[in-house]
Amino acid sequence: MNFSFSDEQRMLCDSVSRFVKQQYSFDQREVARQKEAGFDDKNWALFAELGWLMVPFSEKAGGLSGKAADVMIVMEELGKGLVVEPYFANTLLAGKLISELSSNSNSNAMLENMMAGEYQFSLAYCEPQSRYDLANISTQAEVFDNEFVLNGHKSVVLNAAMADMLVVIARTSSFQTDKNGLSAILVDPQSPGVDIRCYPTVDGFQAADIYFSNVTVAKSSLLGNLDDAFPALEKTVDFATFGVCAEAIGMMEMLYKKTVEYTKERQQFGKPLASFQALQHRMADMFIEYEQAKSAVLMAAMELDSTQGFAPKEVSAAKSRVGKAARLIGQEAVQLHGGMGVTDELDIGHYFKRLTAIQFVLGSTDFHTQRYASLCR
Amino acid sequence: MNNQFTDQELAFRDEVRNFLKVSLPKTTSERVLNGLRLTKEQRVQWQKVLYDKGWIAPNWPVEFGGTGWSATQKYLFEHECAAAGAPEVIAFGLKMVGPVIYTYGTEQQKKRFLPDILKSDVWWCQGFSEAAAGSDLASLQTTATLDGDNYIVSGTKTWTTYAQHADWIFCLARSPDRSLKNQQAINFLLIKMDTLGIKVSPIMMLDGQREINEVHFDNVVVPAENLIGEPNKGWSYAKMLLTHERTNIAKVAISKTRLKNLRKMASEPPKGGVALIDDHAFALKLAELEIELRSLEYTEMRTLAAVSSGGAPGPESSILKIKGTEVAQFIDELYVEAAGYYCLPFVNDQFHSDTNAEFPREHHIGQGSETDRAPWYFNNRKASIYGGSNEVQKVIICKSVLGL
Ligand SMILES: Cc1cc2nc3c(=O)[nH]c(=O)nc-3n(C[C@H](O)[C@H](O)[C@H](O)COP(=O)(O)OP(=O)(O)OC[C@H]3O[C@@H](n4cnc5c(N)ncnc54)[C@H](O)[C@@H]3O)c2cc1C
Repeated sequence: MNFSFSDEQRMLCDSVSRFVKQQYSFDQREVARQKEAGFDDKNWALFAELGWLMVPFSEKAGGLSGKAADVMIVMEELGKGLVVEPYFANTLLAGKLISELSSNSNSNAMLENMMAGEYQFSLAYCEPQSRYDLANISTQAEVFDNEFVLNGHKSVVLNAAMADMLVVIARTSSFQTDKNGLSAILVDPQSPGVDIRCYPTVDGFQAADIYFSNVTVAKSSLLGNLDDAFPALEKTVDFATFGVCAEAIGMMEMLYKKTVEYTKERQQFGKPLASFQALQHRMADMFIEYEQAKSAVLMAAMELDSTQGFAPKEVSAAKSRVGKAARLIGQEAVQLHGGMGVTDELDIGHYFKRLTAIQFVLGSTDFHTQRYASLCR
Repeated sequence: MNNQFTDQELAFRDEVRNFLKVSLPKTTSERVLNGLRLTKEQRVQWQKVLYDKGWIAPNWPVEFGGTGWSATQKYLFEHECAAAGAPEVIAFGLKMVGPVIYTYGTEQQKKRFLPDILKSDVWWCQGFSEAAAGSDLASLQTTATLDGDNYIVSGTKTWTTYAQHADWIFCLARSPDRSLKNQQAINFLLIKMDTLGIKVSPIMMLDGQREINEVHFDNVVVPAENLIGEPNKGWSYAKMLLTHERTNIAKVAISKTRLKNLRKMASEPPKGGVALIDDHAFALKLAELEIELRSLEYTEMRTLAAVSSGGAPGPESSILKIKGTEVAQFIDELYVEAAGYYCLPFVNDQFHSDTNAEFPREHHIGQGSETDRAPWYFNNRKASIYGGSNEVQKVIICKSVLGL
């Protein structure tokens, strides 16, 4: 049992942390968010240069480590800065799935370009009816001799507008909720029949609903084996879920600390808000929630790293625990800031919005508690 | 003791129901029931309909334009309005400054201001809070200095809801005399918003909406006849107003309608998906909420019964404020949860298709109004902050009820 960082990990942590502290003030974040792409491509190039985009991938895939603990370090620090560059959607979600399924040289080359910061991916898996059921996919890819023909509707696809390549989970056989019969297919977003409707998200990112009508894709665009994408999809989504948990930890740390600072400064009734015991206890609870959530995420990191990256029970435990903490800490931070907490001008509300979104993506708090329960049976 | 309505009461309920059926514009009620914003015009239009019917101010004494209804009738009216999706009446004129004017104002002030409030011809805003005077309202620093027949007002108010729409502001401003204790130096002034020296600047909220403002007063000249009651007694008038504000924030009837709609929404499975109500955890949360809300409804009715038999809404109104906002915020949250992934798109009111040319109906994201739920949830965190924060309400309960 060892909770301390290795030298490499300490360096990685310092490097991300330094970037956030020195180059990613809340104002700079807002400037990046309001750019046309929804982020600053200079930042993205820097992430690539510093090797952060390689962190989630094994050395075999051309990456740095592929360790959950390292991803945790990166995501936690990015969370502190409310970073809007698409590390999660591009690298952890889409990139990771490609590396899980990657079998041919074409996709390997794309992955390398992605790590170099020159190529963006987006994973299209959710559909309006699927909620958190990864297997509930109605988008069809009809299989012909040399091609697939896609029809369907994917909802809330993160990073879709910027993507050079979409990874689409489609049904190539069996019934709508079957885990079998799903395939991962690379689709060029410029292909005829792909209709991408973009919008910003409430938590500062970019997403889109995508409609496919009779989109023809070459057979060679299949990632992995036909009908067999589900295990890799589940593993990838779990890993990404773990990633947002770590991001949330970074944000929660900022929120409880900023709240303590604010209540020490802010005077009402002739004394600092922090002198009211009713508020002191509330902040003590925020701190306790943060620590408990952090422990759950560490547990998941260690479990992932000792099980070849698949630890569904611990990931669900982390997401469930983080969801509970994110709810309390987000709401309390806003409440204790009074009117300031609900303004657009202060970062507090923006942390709150992202922490709220995290509670309802990749499986809600209840979803993961129930998943944990069923994995215990 | 019983919870049955009499035949007369049921007849009254039917009358209200029919009136709403005939008079409430569909375009308005649809927006209300879907949790979407209304324009000033839509609100004023509806308030004028209520005025024409004589039902705009059920809580006012009959002599000033009230309805003379019993507590039960008021209850029925509110619940019918909420169920039909009628917009809430904007509180600043009718529920805040109106009662202050008819209680403490001069005959002349009553004649001058009350008719326009009833007719919704004048939009009021509330200039109490300042940057440094939030929960500790009495520490406000805006000054009102008597100069002949005028007060000269200087200072900055903040968080002023809908100041951008307002024709008048009711304001608390202190006398310059520093020897007076805060509570004994406050004047309650009515000020026209287009007076020279007033500047309104917007504050954006975290849902991207402009709902609140800063209002700057730079040597604004206010006729002394616009002072309510006596100089330096404004604090007691403000306290009366705040008690009204607090009770008004409970919004039990509205929460009941929203919860009912949420349950309905959760019971309809998306095509090819599972109904959310079949998720046991969600069903439990809905039940828990409903139990809390029904209890709150009875707490509210007990308070109203006490008031109508002569009591004043006392510190118990703090319970209504705390629980009412907690319930409303929990409903907000469950709507977000129900939206699932569709809580994410920030497409700002795509259902307002007439004014939102950028977003024609065939490009809608999601099935219903899911995309408006998260911004609403974010925005409504205000409910536990304003009107005297929920923490401050607990301080009131501790002091005034529990004697701590
Ligand atoms: C959207 C919105 C609209 C508003 N509209 C208006 C308006 O139209 N007109 C107007 O005049 N005002 C308005 N307000 C202002 C509102 O009344 C104040 O925000 C409120 O009084 C709280 O003050 P504050 O924001 O300065 O918070 P603070 O007073 O700084 O409080 C910060 C936190 O400390 C807590 N706290 C403070 N004192 C204590 C204590 N003694 N014990 C325990 N906890 C305590 C509070 O509960 C809160 O959680 C509005 C506010 C909002 C957010």
